[in-house]
Amino acid sequence: MKQIRFHGRGGQGAVMASELLCHALVHEGNYGQSIPAYGFERRGAPLEAFVKLDSKPIRERTQVYEPDGIIVLDSALIVQLPIFNGVKANGFAILNSRKKMTLDDVPENVETLATIDAVRIALEVFKAPITNTILLGAFAQATKLVSLQSLSECIEINFPKKIVEKNLVAVARGFNEVQVVTRSGQLQKAEG
Amino acid sequence: MGKIDVLNGNKAAAWGAKLARVSLLAAYPITPQTPLVEYLATFVAEGEIDADLVEVESEHTALSVLQGGVFAGARTFTGTSSQGLALMYEPYIRTSTMRLPIVMALVTREVISPQTVWGGQQDAVTVREAGWIQIWCESNQEVLDTVVQAYKIAENKGVLLPVNVCYDGFSLSHMAERVEIPEQEKVDSFLPKPDITHVKLDPDKPMSVDPLTAGPMLTEFRHKQVTAMKYAKEVIEEVRQEWSQLFGRDHGGMVDVYRMEDADIAIVCMGSPAGTARVAIDEMRELGIKVGMVRIRVLRPFPVEEMQALLSGVKAIGTIDRNVSFAAGYGTSYLELRTAFGGKRMPPMIDFIGGLGGSDVTLEQIKQAIVITQYVANGGEYRDVTWFGLDEVDVDQLFDLEDQADQEVKEGIV
Repeated sequence: MKQIRFHGRGGQGAVMASELLCHALVHEGNYGQSIPAYGFERRGAPLEAFVKLDSKPIRERTQVYEPDGIIVLDSALIVQLPIFNGVKANGFAILNSRKKMTLDDVPENVETLATIDAVRIALEVFKAPITNTILLGAFAQATKLVSLQSLSECIEINFPKKIVEKNLVAVARGFNEVQVVTRSGQLQKAEG
Repeated sequence: MGKIDVLNGNKAAAWGAKLARVSLLAAYPITPQTPLVEYLATFVAEGEIDADLVEVESEHTALSVLQGGVFAGARTFTGTSSQGLALMYEPYIRTSTMRLPIVMALVTREVISPQTVWGGQQDAVTVREAGWIQIWCESNQEVLDTVVQAYKIAENKGVLLPVNVCYDGFSLSHMAERVEIPEQEKVDSFLPKPDITHVKLDPDKPMSVDPLTAGPMLTEFRHKQVTAMKYAKEVIEEVRQEWSQLFGRDHGGMVDVYRMEDADIAIVCMGSPAGTARVAIDEMRELGIKVGMVRIRVLRPFPVEEMQALLSGVKAIGTIDRNVSFAAGYGTSYLELRTAFGGKRMPPMIDFIGGLGGSDVTLEQIKQAIVITQYVANGGEYRDVTWFGLDEVDVDQLFDLEDQADQEVKEGIV
């Protein structure tokens, strides 16, 4: 089982992203759980959401304490919160960041670091800083734990019609424009 | 094969009501049940449920509206949590005493005070003597399936009692997972149209409902209620059989049993922690502890005979409760099990209280509970109730430093 923790702010769509990822995993014939961290969600307040994924049914019904990786929707949270807490060794971090980041900027347990200037892309696509599907595209590219095709198909199935097209562009741009570096050395240029 | 979807517990419950072809809905939103009301309202607005949705100003009215609906022959559904249940209490009692087969989602939550909106099971266990059948779910699939099953149980002519489908607030209500939505035609073949005739508002055939009833007649009335509750056990088992034949899924009947065939010790729990307990049991069995689980699926009526049959032979029992009883400082399942055994000999039993106020009953805590229960089975002494997060739980002292197997278990639980 793989476990992922999303960091975002109320209104940025972290819970929606976790549910979309879960849909995409189930769409591929796998199992997923999407779990919002429970509280009073307020617009702008930091919040977490979790996804568990596995090829067999997931029976554990708890929140995530030691994620295999994190997905961060809001770049300010990278410095404001201890976002790397509990991340397992050989973990991954998918960060929305305007600043170029290197593996020296993140703890040693992060093996795969993916950064993307998601706000810039979001402003071009949505004319608003909505980063959730862009980060999911980046996640798909960096981890291969889900395919871009499943994410796209599930956007078409589950999102309200009027926002489908832009999100299809967003998820593909996230997939194509993310910068992925791994500790084993090589800089992987994103395809396309 | 039904349709595969990803549903949170609230949406699963709404789907259950839709598939049961409910015709009257009334509910007042309260955390963590609120999305359930939104899903039901959306289904009605989009014409997916052919039902009247009455917008009410309180939970008291919500249930009262449904009572009137049942008098007119309707199949009805609502849901609530915590303080909403408290405000509903007056019609809540009257629903069971009038023998109205209403199905209600009880999205379990802590009760106030202190101020809280988070998960726990205190609201539901508090009303377990109100005459409703209570079925507790472990997964969102079970939530959907159980809502449909609940109508078949409630509307059975020998039962005619209301049913609470209980699912843990947030842990299930807001967690989304893979759920198979059964085909409508198949559900229709399982669940016939409602035929409620014992209380009926019919101007052509006037009937007096709920007249003043004194001593002897009230005694007989109450006795019939209890008899119906006992009979419900048989119906619950029948419904389980029929469901698993038709849909290929078995969530258990009065209880749900996991790896008890050769178990030395047993964990007893209810609700969502049971899923985590399965993982803990598999891992501890790898380390040589023969542990199984009996999940209390139905708290009312209580599975007295089932518990005696399953648990008399084990060497120790560990109960895990996301609630407390004020009788003696134990959790509810501990207390209920003691009552179930009555004067009969029973294995030593210890209780663990956790998961209050929205905290998880974690995998590590359940593994600790298993190790401590095994220690008690071996003749060890341990405190009879452990509060996770409050009491120091030091399992290290339970292990023999010289023993290889002991050391492996010790390393396996963290």
